[in-house]
Amino acid sequence: MPEQTQQTPETTSTTRPVIDNAQYVMAAFLAVTGGYVAFNGTQMRGGTSKDFLPPSTFAYIVGAVLLLLSVLLAVATARGDAPESEEGEDVDLSSGSDVRTLVLLAAVLCVNVFLIEPLGWPITGAILFTGAAWVLGSRHWVRDIAIGVALSFGTFYAFYLGLDVPLPAGILNGVL
Amino acid sequence: MDLLLEGFSTALTPTNLLFAVLGVLLGTAVGVLPGIGPAMTVALLLPVTYSVPADSALIMFAGIYYGGMYGGSTTSILLNTPGESSSVITALEGNKMAKTGRAAQALATAAIGSFVAGTIGTVLLILLAPKVGPLVVQLGAPSYFAIMLVALVSVTVVLGSSKLRGFIALFLGLALGLVGMTSGQPRMTFGFAELSDGIEIVVVAVAIFALGEALWVAAHLRHKPLEVIPVGQPWMSRSDWSRSWKPWLRGTALGFPFGALPAGGAEVPTFLSYVTERRLSKHPEEFGKGAIEGVAGPEAANNASAAGTLLPMLALGLPTTATAAVILVAFESYGLQPGPQFMSQNEDLVWALLASLFVANTLLLVLNLPLAPVWAKLLRIPRPYLYAGILFFATLGAYSASTSPFDLGLLLVLGVLGFAMRRFGIPVLPLIIGVILGPRLEEQLSEALQISRGDYSTLWGEPVAIICYLLMGLLVASLVVARLRSPRPTTPTSVTEKDEVNT
Repeated sequence: MPEQTQQTPETTSTTRPVIDNAQYVMAAFLAVTGGYVAFNGTQMRGGTSKDFLPPSTFAYIVGAVLLLLSVLLAVATARGDAPESEEGEDVDLSSGSDVRTLVLLAAVLCVNVFLIEPLGWPITGAILFTGAAWVLGSRHWVRDIAIGVALSFGTFYAFYLGLDVPLPAGILNGVL
Repeated sequence: MDLLLEGFSTALTPTNLLFAVLGVLLGTAVGVLPGIGPAMTVALLLPVTYSVPADSALIMFAGIYYGGMYGGSTTSILLNTPGESSSVITALEGNKMAKTGRAAQALATAAIGSFVAGTIGTVLLILLAPKVGPLVVQLGAPSYFAIMLVALVSVTVVLGSSKLRGFIALFLGLALGLVGMTSGQPRMTFGFAELSDGIEIVVVAVAIFALGEALWVAAHLRHKPLEVIPVGQPWMSRSDWSRSWKPWLRGTALGFPFGALPAGGAEVPTFLSYVTERRLSKHPEEFGKGAIEGVAGPEAANNASAAGTLLPMLALGLPTTATAAVILVAFESYGLQPGPQFMSQNEDLVWALLASLFVANTLLLVLNLPLAPVWAKLLRIPRPYLYAGILFFATLGAYSASTSPFDLGLLLVLGVLGFAMRRFGIPVLPLIIGVILGPRLEEQLSEALQISRGDYSTLWGEPVAIICYLLMGLLVASLVVARLRSPRPTTPTSVTEKDEVNT
């Protein structure tokens, strides 16, 4: 069972349940989301007379339930309820999340969000693949870049010619 | 029958046959590849729907659907770490068989069992679909509302061990479904004009299935490579055949009805099939050490339930598994809305799809028996490339949905949500079904109230609706009873399931 493998020896020796403090963050996120959904409902104009289901009704229901769920999650967490994190072929749950990898991957994806239109997909796509492969531990620079460039140019032409979806060419506009 | 033959004539044109082969190969490949499941594959392939004709794309998705189910079982036999929840049970006996040098037989009984179950399941689908169609057309908005509500609640509570987390996922999905203009006013758009048409479901699906999964695995990447058991050509001896055929049929009988129920999923029938086979087996001592019945039954149940799942999806527009949910998104991107009128209005397409299920199933058997050693090699792909590739194609898929960088930002935000859900053990299926069904739930309720001039009692004014609410009450009551009986807040199924895995 995952929660047992995650526990360190010092916690299993005590009888008090381990509290997963990060779960309070999730509960807070639910509370904020629920609060916003309900608040957004109050900002809407009341329905007209022929409108029997004003658009705010669903917002109130969903918002209220999310608030309730956030309280339940917080209570469950305080009572020692631990989540069963997802397992998989390549997943090793014996240590915590590798924050550095996550932040770097998010950064690589962010670069793509902001540069895809100015630089073009053939360039940002290659950066995305090569960067992600590097973050994940590949150190074969030449091979990484070659695969990245092949993928990004390949998909650019496949989408343009095969699917009629023009991806941004960016600074290579006219060259491609 | 004529309609089916016509369906075959559509499915067997060279182009469509090519798409079917492509679908089966892709589906099996990604089913085998760690970290990618059939739902993610179809999500990543959604861009093809922008220019490939509907019948070809759906034929390919049918191939991916069946192929992915099969590929998942290969992984769980050759590695002891099942990628999909539906192949957890296969790993119990399948991996033990592989370790004692019977990998070839385990793969063979899985492949042939999948074929038998898939074929019977598809026949049942073809027999039942035309009967269900006219019935659902008569349903009014109140009944439809109740059916969707039952599906949402049952998908949420049946799967997974934590009901609380199931509901968290469901309501997060419903909240995402609220985004967009309603009655001429913006709702939950945060002032972004890009959100006024609602969040693109393609982006949600890619973010939650592909990006969230890739980020999750990346943050927990195993540093030592997994041990893959080498395998030759799958084959079975006479005694393997005689021990397999009954479990195949029993597995099919369990799998199809469970798949067809709006509570769907393959977890329950595969587990039931395993328990049944262990009880009926003439070799009970082999269970836990690699009994072939324990692979044959659950694998058949898995594929039969995959066929069964298509019944509520086509007839009611109700997806009950992650893959069905994404295929529904594909239908919608063609402007097709599965549901009551769909079957009669798109007869050609539906029959082509049903015929292509047969084609996909046969191709699966023909291609996969000889290709098994190749699939086993695929398990050695360097992980940095695999996950970098998933990120690459996820970005591409989300961007091409609307060609706007805004959607890429949204992809990242929702991808982080997908990561958090995996970290906190929150299931993703209720979320995606909530996003899809939320707006339709509101639409049906609005229509029902419009007809009754605002009288809420119309909601229980139809017999089907009353039955649905009774079922829902029963489901909730049985959960309460189960919880009172066992001190641990998990369903009896999942407790036993975990015990099995640990032994």
